[in-house]
Amino acid sequence: MANPDISTDPSLVPDDDPSRRDVILIGAGAFAAIGGAAMLWPLLDQMNPDASTLSLSSIDVDLAPIEEGQAITVMWRGKPIFIRHRTAKEVDEAKDVKVDVLIDKLARNANLPDDAPATDGNRAAPEQAPWLVMIGICTHLGCIPKGQAVGDYKGEYGGWFCPCHGSQYDTAGRVRIGPAPENMYIPPYAFTSDTKIKIG
Amino acid sequence: MGHPSTYEPSTGVERWLDSRLPVPRMMHDQFMVFPTPRNLNYWWTFGGILTFMLAIQIVTGIVLAMHYQPTVDGAFDSVEKIMRDVNWGWLLRYAHAIGASMFFVAVYIHTFRGLYYGSYKAPREVLWILGVIILFLMIATAFMGYSLVWGQMSFWAVTVITNLFSSLDAVIPGLGTTLVQWIWGGFAVGEPTLNRLFALHYLFPFVIAGVVILHIWALHIPGSNNPTGVEVKSAKDTIPFHPYYTIKDGYALVLFCILFGALLFYAPNFLGHPDNYIPANPLQTPPHIVPEWYFLPFYAILRAIPSKLFGVIALIASIGILVFVPWLDTSRIRSVSYRPIFKWFFWLFVICCIALGYLGSQAPDGWYLFFGRLCTAYYFGFFLLIMPIVGFIEGPKKLPGSITQSVLGSKAPPGGSQQHAGGAQ
Repeated sequence: MANPDISTDPSLVPDDDPSRRDVILIGAGAFAAIGGAAMLWPLLDQMNPDASTLSLSSIDVDLAPIEEGQAITVMWRGKPIFIRHRTAKEVDEAKDVKVDVLIDKLARNANLPDDAPATDGNRAAPEQAPWLVMIGICTHLGCIPKGQAVGDYKGEYGGWFCPCHGSQYDTAGRVRIGPAPENMYIPPYAFTSDTKIKIG
Repeated sequence: MGHPSTYEPSTGVERWLDSRLPVPRMMHDQFMVFPTPRNLNYWWTFGGILTFMLAIQIVTGIVLAMHYQPTVDGAFDSVEKIMRDVNWGWLLRYAHAIGASMFFVAVYIHTFRGLYYGSYKAPREVLWILGVIILFLMIATAFMGYSLVWGQMSFWAVTVITNLFSSLDAVIPGLGTTLVQWIWGGFAVGEPTLNRLFALHYLFPFVIAGVVILHIWALHIPGSNNPTGVEVKSAKDTIPFHPYYTIKDGYALVLFCILFGALLFYAPNFLGHPDNYIPANPLQTPPHIVPEWYFLPFYAILRAIPSKLFGVIALIASIGILVFVPWLDTSRIRSVSYRPIFKWFFWLFVICCIALGYLGSQAPDGWYLFFGRLCTAYYFGFFLLIMPIVGFIEGPKKLPGSITQSVLGSKAPPGGSQQHAGGAQ
């Protein structure tokens, strides 16, 4: 390469129109970048819940066999749903609690506005105070709290107790002792008859 | 890299290859004659042991993958099938499981050796940071591998650890939940989650192998640190890697493999949790969730912080802080052996890490929680306060004049290449 031949090597020809070359360079680079970025989204979005997962969106539950004081757990979208037929005493205890003393003052009820306060009325089933329907997942790190079975330790507030890190919930599923930051969530549901609900 | 090449191709084939892809030259220069400090002790053998363990994990892992089914219904049963039906499956699976533990034993010793002898100090910062990246990748790989067994501990470990990301809801409402569902591929840990964990568990070891190559490359630019922390000053300070350190590393590897074999053949479940022999049940959380032993110190740190978001930040920071160690340590002396004040803080740090491991295995309440918080405070205080401050105020002990002098005592003249020509022989 001691004596490059200018006449045969185009890269060595003096560039008399730099702006034209810049447009091609920047344009090509920009299209490559946009194309790459556009391809990135499918690569990321493929990990989101797929159509078959989303289609398992609702279940029907018959509440008639659940006696007062009993609780059942059903699966909805792979999550446990706690359905508790609360005793009158449990309902009264939950109603007597002032919202101000709660760790999380929001109802966390998918059927109500986001800013609804965490009163028992906003947590329990509409017009059917004994029924509490909620996602049975501790809002700390996703464990399933104890308290559904009769013999379970239910914590100091008589609701649920999470064995993982000691969070405690009251009879309305509101967190009373941390480290969980939020009340257990209420899924979207509605009564389809007096004793049947549709979750999702 | 590091020193002029002394390779001389002796056959026609070697000459032919040398001008096309000089792999024999690289092997000769970097692994045969590579000048290595003459005073390395047995703590330096863990690099070779780690390379061996990575190979063991990849080889056993590939054959296990030939029998494993990453489905919610099939995963646990396929692992039991490996244990009972597959020829030698019990050996391969136990070797892989115990191998993960042995890998962490070696990597923790290797990391503490680097911390003790100041192997992170200039000019080895990039080498150190690559090591931290390898450690991080190893943690991710081990976590994902443990999940594949799909026992109760597997399932709930995935649930708890992926839920850590939901703490981002405290920063931007909805961000954490969106991110967690993206990781899960559903509304709870399920089949999509298991499938992607398997895919990534297979990928990551090869990424580790790639970073290991960079790690060794970065090592071979300045060469190895040594127990005195004094740089190599003359050729007399070094010996060729082969046969001196191949034999030393080999001997250490044999001892290491005796421990590996003892666990593998006599106590294969000693380090595991019996609950992971219960198939995963998404409706029941085990009464006491604990990670594998090698994650316990980090788990203790997570639980020491009362806030969910800051607990997660502390967990990530406990490893991430290692990246900054080269700049947090203000001492100009590498080896802790010559640092009379820092030495005490260092050993207290080692005790603190072991204590965190024990505390991570206990329920986080009462005194356990108190000591968990105390040790967590010391863990971060060690890096953020003690390292910078002690480096300034400490008067170090007198360093040996050279590596050779530290080995031969006063018989050897102080370092410097002018002595090299005459030689001490």
